[in-house]
Amino acid sequence: MIPEIGHYALVLSMCLAIAQAIFPLIGTMNNTPSWAALARPLAWGQALFLTIALGVLTYAFLVDDFSVRYVASNSNTLLPTIYKISAVWGAHEGSLLLWAFFLGTWSAAIAIFSKGLAQEVVSRVLAVMGMINTGFLSFMLFTSNPFDRLFQIPAEGRDLNPLLQDIGLALHPPTLYLGYVGFSVAFGFAIAALIGGRLDASWARWSRPWTTAAWVWLTLGITIGSWWAYYELGWGGWWFWDPVENASLMPWIAGTALMHSLAVTEKRGAFRSWTLMLAILAFSLCLLGTFLVRSGVLTSVHAFAADPDRGAFILAFLIVVIGGSLALYAWRAPSIFSGGRFDLISRESFLLGNNLLLTVFTFLVLFGTLAPLVYDALEWGKISVGFPWFNKMFLMVTPFLAVLIGFGPLMRWKRTDPVWLFKKLRIAMIVSVIIGLIAFIPAISTGSLLVPLGMLLMAWIIASHITAVLDRLKHKKGVGSFFADLAGKGRSYYGMVLAHLGVAMFILGATMVSHHGIETDLRMSPGESTEISGYRFRFDGVSHAPGPNYTANQGQFTIFQGDEQVAVLKPQKRTYFAQGRPMTEAAIDWGFTRDLYVSLGEDLGDGDWSMRLYYKPFVRWVWLGGLAMSLGGILCISDRRYRRKKPKKEQLAQTDTANTLVTEKS
Amino acid sequence: MSDQSQTPGRMRYLIPLFLFLIMAGFLFKGLFMDPRHIPSVLINKPVPEFNLPTLFDPEKLVSTADMKGKVWLLNVWASWCAACRAEHQVLNTIADMGIVDIIGLDYKDEEADGKRWLQQLGNPYKEVLVDKSGRVGIDFGVYGVPESFLIDAEGVIRHKFTGPLNYPDIKGVLIPKLNEIRGVER
Repeated sequence: MIPEIGHYALVLSMCLAIAQAIFPLIGTMNNTPSWAALARPLAWGQALFLTIALGVLTYAFLVDDFSVRYVASNSNTLLPTIYKISAVWGAHEGSLLLWAFFLGTWSAAIAIFSKGLAQEVVSRVLAVMGMINTGFLSFMLFTSNPFDRLFQIPAEGRDLNPLLQDIGLALHPPTLYLGYVGFSVAFGFAIAALIGGRLDASWARWSRPWTTAAWVWLTLGITIGSWWAYYELGWGGWWFWDPVENASLMPWIAGTALMHSLAVTEKRGAFRSWTLMLAILAFSLCLLGTFLVRSGVLTSVHAFAADPDRGAFILAFLIVVIGGSLALYAWRAPSIFSGGRFDLISRESFLLGNNLLLTVFTFLVLFGTLAPLVYDALEWGKISVGFPWFNKMFLMVTPFLAVLIGFGPLMRWKRTDPVWLFKKLRIAMIVSVIIGLIAFIPAISTGSLLVPLGMLLMAWIIASHITAVLDRLKHKKGVGSFFADLAGKGRSYYGMVLAHLGVAMFILGATMVSHHGIETDLRMSPGESTEISGYRFRFDGVSHAPGPNYTANQGQFTIFQGDEQVAVLKPQKRTYFAQGRPMTEAAIDWGFTRDLYVSLGEDLGDGDWSMRLYYKPFVRWVWLGGLAMSLGGILCISDRRYRRKKPKKEQLAQTDTANTLVTEKS
Repeated sequence: MSDQSQTPGRMRYLIPLFLFLIMAGFLFKGLFMDPRHIPSVLINKPVPEFNLPTLFDPEKLVSTADMKGKVWLLNVWASWCAACRAEHQVLNTIADMGIVDIIGLDYKDEEADGKRWLQQLGNPYKEVLVDKSGRVGIDFGVYGVPESFLIDAEGVIRHKFTGPLNYPDIKGVLIPKLNEIRGVER
C-alpha cells in the first residue's frame, strides 16, 4: 500500500510539473497575471509531492519492503541502516528520483528567495524548470519507475553493490546532483532572458549566487568522487578520465567559465550573449552526462545498467531541451546588445581569455569522451582515448589558466596600466621564478620539467594573490582591517581569493603525487618488511574479521620511520554474503605531506599474500584544493551584496543602466 | 546596422545548434551500437580455437582438438559472478543426470577463488579451463557471465544460453537440442 502512495505522489508531481511548464509561461505571454502567479504555488506543490515520493522510497528501504523491485535489487536485511538510506539513490531509478527531487526543491527555493524579482521573470524561470522536470518525471514513470512491484516477493534482497557501501559514495551522488540540477537554475534564467529579451545587470546579479551555489555543489561532488575512487577502488589513483568522470567534469569547467563571464556581465554589461551561451552549455553538458552514464553508449567502470530504450528517451529529451534552447538562442541572441568597451590589458580581456581557455578545455574533454563513439559510428575502428591523451591536453591548457589567475585579482575593469601592473607583481614574479628554479634540484624534479613548472605556477598564484590582498588592504586601513573587510563588503572578494588558492593547492597535490608517488606490487610473508621512501612496512599477517553483511580477511601492517612506529594499517579483502563478490578495502595512513596506502591482493598460500603498497606525497592537497574552491564559492554566495535590500538611489541608478542597455531592437 | 551586414552575423549564432545536431546524430547512432560488441553470431559456426590450462593442474592444457568427437556444454563462469551461484545447482543437476559433459571456463577469475568456489558448491565440470585474461571469452563473444555453449562432435556451436541456465531449460531446451544433435549423428 505505502509504495503506491509514493507512486501516486510521483504521478501528481508530474501533473504539477506539466502545469508549471505551461500556465505561467502562457500567463506572461498574453498578460494574464493570475496564470503567471501560478508558478510559485505549483513549484511548492511539486516539491511537496516529490518529498513524499522520496520519503516513501526511503521508508521502503528502511523496512526491507522487498515487494518493491528496486528495493529487492539494491538492499538486504543485513545492510547497515546508513547504507539502506544511501541505497535509495544507489542505482538508476532511485538516483533519478533524487534528481527530480532536487529539481523540485531548487524550484521551491527560487519560489521562496525571489521576492525582489519581477513576477514575469520568476514565472518564466519556473516554467523552464517545470519543463525540465516534466521530462525527468515522465522518463521515470515510463521507463524507470522506482516503485514497480514484484509479484513473487523474494525473501531476501540482492544487496547494494558493495562498491557503494561506503560513506564517500553515500555522499557523492547527492552533492553531484545538487550541482547538476543547480545549473538548471542558471539555464532557466538564461532561457527566461532569451524569451523576455531583457538582459540587464540585475539579471546577471540574480543568476550569480545561484550559479555559484550549483558550482559549489558540483565541486564538492567531484572532490568527494575523486577521494572515494582513491581509497575505495584500491588502485591508488584519484582521477581516471573515465567517461563518467568526464561527464561531471565538463559541466564543471563550463560552469567555471559561466561564473567568470557572469561577473563581467553584471559589472560591465559585456559578454552577454556569451554568458547566455555558457549557461545553456553548462546545463546541456549536465544532461549529456546523464545520457552518457545511463544509455550505455560508452563503456565505463561505473556506468548504470545500459538500456537502449532509456537511452532513446533521454536522447529525445536532450534534443528537445538543448536543441530547443540553442534554436531560441540563434533566434534571439543576435539582437542582444553587448555593451562595454575595454582595452587589451583589462580585467574584461583577461576574463575573456580565461573563458576561451576553459571552453577549449571543455571541448577537448568532450571530444576525447565521444571520440570512441564517433570512430565506431563512422566505422573507422575501435579506439580508446585514455589517460595519456587527456593528461596531455590538460597540461596544454591549464598552465595558461594558472598564469591568468595570478593577474586576475589586480586587474582593473576597462583598462589596466601594464607598467603599474608589472610593478605591482614584480615581487610575486621573482618569488615564483625562484621557487620554480629551486624545484629544478634533481631530488625534487625527478628530471621532469613539469615539477618545476607546477611549483612555479603554484607559487605564482599564491604570491600574486597575497600581493593583491595587501594592495586592497592598503587602500583600506592597513593590514589590520582584514577581518573588518571580511565581515563587511569584501566577502565575495575573499571568496574569489580562497577559490584561487584552492587551484594552487590542487596544482601542488597533483604535481607532487604524479611525479613522486611510488607504488610497488609485492609478495610478502608474515614478519617480512619492505622499505618505501624512508618508511618500513612490516607485514604481520592476515586474520579473519567478521562484518555485518560480509566476512573479511584483514591484513595487518606496522609502519616505522626509523625506529619510531608511525601507523598500524589494516587493509581488508571482503566477501559480501549476498553477492559473493570480493572487494578490496584499502587502509590509508593520511597526512598533509604524504599518504601511506596499503591494499591487499591475493592469498598466495602459506600465509603469503600479494599486496600493493603506495607512497603518495601531498595527495591530500588535491582534495583540499577542491574544498578550498567550494568554501570560496560559499563565501561569495554569503556576500551581503546578494541579499541586502538595495538603497533607493542605487536601485534608481540600476534601472537607468538597464534602460541605457536596452536589449531589444525594434 | 543594415540587413545585409546582419545576415552573416545571424548565421554565426546558428553554429552551436548546428554542432549540437551533428553530435546528436552520433549519439543516436551510438544507441544502436554496443561499445563492447564483439562478433558473437557463432551459432552453427565452428568453436573458436583455444588452448588453455586447467584449473586443478596448470601443466595440463586442453585445446579445441581435444574436444573433437564429443558433444559438450561449455559453461562460462566466474567466482565473482552472482548469477553463477544460482546457476551452479542447475549445473550440478545436469552433471548428476549425466546427459552431457560440462566443461567450465573460469573467466577473468583468480585461480584460488575459483577452486574455493568449487570446493564449496561442488564441481559439475569434467574439466575447468582457466581464461584469466578473458581472451578466449572474447573469441566466444561472451557479453556477461554466465553464458553456455552447446557444441557438437564436429566442434560446431549448436546453441547458446545467455545468462544463467535454469531447471526449465534442461527439459525445454537442453534435452531436445541434445536429441537433435545426437539424432543427426546417429
